[in-house]
Amino acid sequence: MADSPLLEIRGLGKSFPGVRALQGVDFTVRRGEIHALMGENGAGKSTLIKVLTGVYHRDSGDTRLDGQSIRPGSPREAEACGISTVYQEVNLIPHLSVAENICLGRQPTVFGFVRWRAIRERAERALRRLDLTLDVSRQLSSCSIAIQQMVALARALDVSAKLLILDEPTSSLDEREVAELFAVMKKLRGEDLGIVFVTHFLDQVYAVCDRITVLRNGRHVGEYPTAEMPRLELVARMIGKDAAEVERMNAPAAAGEAPTGQPLLEVTNFGRKGSIHPLDLSIRPGEVVGLAGLLGSGRTEVARLIFGVDRADSGTMKIGGEPVVIGSPRDALRHRIAFTAEDRKVEGVIPNLSIRENLILALQASRGPWARIGRAEQNALAERFIATLKIKTPGPEQLIKNLSGGNQQKVLLARWLATEPRLFILDEPTRGIDVGAKAEIEKLIGSLRERGLAVLFISSELEEVVRDSQRVVILRDRKKVGELAAGQISEHAVMGMIAAPAAESGAVLHPS
Amino acid sequence: MNLLFWIGFAAMLFAVRKQRVLWPLLALGLLLAFNYFFTPGFFDLDVRGGHLYGQRIDILNQGAKVMLVALGMTLVIATGGVDLSVGAVMALAGTVAAQLMVGHRCSFAVGVLGAMGVALLAGAWNGALVAYGGIQPIIATLILMVAGRGVAQLVGEGQIINFTDPAMAYLGNGHFLGLPFTLTLVLVLLVITYALTRRTALGLFIESVGDNPVASRYAGINARLVTFLAYLFTGFCAGLAGLVAASNIKSADANHAGLYLELDAILAVVVGGTALTGGRFYLVGSLVGALLIQTLTTTMYARNVSADVAPVPKALVIIAVCLLQSEKVHRYFRRKFPKRPVPTEPVVAAAASSPSVPS
Repeated sequence: MADSPLLEIRGLGKSFPGVRALQGVDFTVRRGEIHALMGENGAGKSTLIKVLTGVYHRDSGDTRLDGQSIRPGSPREAEACGISTVYQEVNLIPHLSVAENICLGRQPTVFGFVRWRAIRERAERALRRLDLTLDVSRQLSSCSIAIQQMVALARALDVSAKLLILDEPTSSLDEREVAELFAVMKKLRGEDLGIVFVTHFLDQVYAVCDRITVLRNGRHVGEYPTAEMPRLELVARMIGKDAAEVERMNAPAAAGEAPTGQPLLEVTNFGRKGSIHPLDLSIRPGEVVGLAGLLGSGRTEVARLIFGVDRADSGTMKIGGEPVVIGSPRDALRHRIAFTAEDRKVEGVIPNLSIRENLILALQASRGPWARIGRAEQNALAERFIATLKIKTPGPEQLIKNLSGGNQQKVLLARWLATEPRLFILDEPTRGIDVGAKAEIEKLIGSLRERGLAVLFISSELEEVVRDSQRVVILRDRKKVGELAAGQISEHAVMGMIAAPAAESGAVLHPS
Repeated sequence: MNLLFWIGFAAMLFAVRKQRVLWPLLALGLLLAFNYFFTPGFFDLDVRGGHLYGQRIDILNQGAKVMLVALGMTLVIATGGVDLSVGAVMALAGTVAAQLMVGHRCSFAVGVLGAMGVALLAGAWNGALVAYGGIQPIIATLILMVAGRGVAQLVGEGQIINFTDPAMAYLGNGHFLGLPFTLTLVLVLLVITYALTRRTALGLFIESVGDNPVASRYAGINARLVTFLAYLFTGFCAGLAGLVAASNIKSADANHAGLYLELDAILAVVVGGTALTGGRFYLVGSLVGALLIQTLTTTMYARNVSADVAPVPKALVIIAVCLLQSEKVHRYFRRKFPKRPVPTEPVVAAAASSPSVPS
């Protein structure tokens, strides 16, 4: 039995109305291995996981755990089989204590009364397994995101899990926190658990994973031992291109000369108490200005201030030399500023409206409610952007919530492109989307610049900022700490400015 | 004649077979079929003096008030809100009209304008509290729901005021083209509502705000104005319904006009397919929902069900209709009784052949 697989999926198929999400997918996880599940958005990773955890029901194929065929009908049934999951967004209950969160739904009771002491002990035991000691009576929301993630992990392990699924657990963790998570993962691997690890970060895959399974367009591409798989080839497999093409994509875009002349946007001493210290910033037409800094350094706050989501309480703003006051997104729209927000789900998509309706929304808002855009014009706009941005959809009437993250992002970009903006603020436009869509969005940024737009580009991926910007503004602890001009930009230089007084930077995890 | 009715009904069902309104319409059809077979006299139609009379005509006439209110209520609910004050606003509008026309001997036109003005004011009050005051809709509209009747009492000086004006009596009792005039009112208001929401971008904005208010604001939509307008319009609808209610009984009764009508209106909207959580709305669905509720009520009367137990069968039918529409129930039946495997290339064809439902 030593090498018999823990989980064996053969020929899995799952369809949704209009979409074949999975088709003949094989997936094998052995005991004591960390197995990366990779693929672009829309490749079928989340569907596969949801079938495994009982959220969806498979249409065809077979799932075997420990040699036994299983068909979980709900996450609870999957848990009972020994399949536990930690999701990308921590889905615990913030106002309950750590202990309650770990034991919720399976509290030990006597005669229907909850045994609080037992809960605490059990929670402490579960956390100890992760080498973590912390006061389990603390309210969960008072813990850092990293700790919350660990609590979610402890909760997943509290049932006797054989297979642990980690669905992008690292997307909101900093480097050190990631390292701690990896240590825990390796420890669990030593305990003969099978771990499925879903992530968009290649580095992380190579840091901890033993094997990689690649999916593309709902099909199984292959399973590879990590050690024998060069990165470039992995990327190529994921996006279905040959290695040479990938090489070209990785080459730095020849970031053109920084334009001179009058800035389109100019803010001086611009700030808001408790949000961002006053700063100066200017962007010229045909220029991409990158905004770099760690999570929480004030990048998004700058964008919100310029777009009028928040009001500045100091400083002035000029657009095209004219002083303006922007007090709401509507004001910003009137000055032809566009903004795609970081949190697509909350601040971007209108889930139950169609692609067409989502796409025309900002343009319609700029024309006001009375001058309705005719249906023919709406259709033309939708068709045009679906074609030019290569939005993968059966048609413009599809509800946007049925699209993958990358395609939703493209619709949101189209929403603003339709308004023909002069300044485009992109806040993490490539977050949580696949390699292919990322490359397309980066290309789009380049073409916006060539068309003479001013672009403010925020990204936590340094290489992107370096590759696409003519100028980079660096933020640290809600202050602007420097600016790099065209010739000076490199990842090293940016990191140097971000990290300058490394000892002071507060991004360190530890339970107090 | 009856055969023609059923053929027409079946054709209607067929025409909307892919739309949300299918379910309430189907329920209405089943209820009518029940009455056709089991309630004697339900399908009788008389022509007297060129006007049609019968139970079905009564349903249209009696259901008019709920239908009028439901049109506005649909928009408010689509923004993610609710308006509990519509019943009280009806009473207020009726009393204002009566006091102007009877107490102050004003003309019919002045009475109607005054009543509608007060109703719009009430709608604006609600809208301002919700959209600009940031008060939860239930609480904000509860204020007028409770206080509105009090104000109406003050306006009417605690009296039930009787009308004699023939124009006023015509509103709720007159006939137009052989059918009750109220039906014309409903159709005109439907056309107005449709034009206001679908011929402008207001409908899109309402759905957008109801579905995701934050993202709507980020997209540059004036969410507050949109919400405000929805309540304002509902005030207008309630005013109109208040005039009809007063006309029905030829008097303004501040205590009883429109009593509990807000509940029927909310029910009609939900039965019609608009979710209480906001987002997509269905105007025609709400009208069908209102008719369904009125048909239920009339069925109870026709079958001599005592008024005390009448709510029970009513509740059962409503639950059934809501279950019929539930995605979860659909999915359950699809899993239990799979019809056919999903075709390989359904995508393009399906998208092309299902145009979006306008209302």
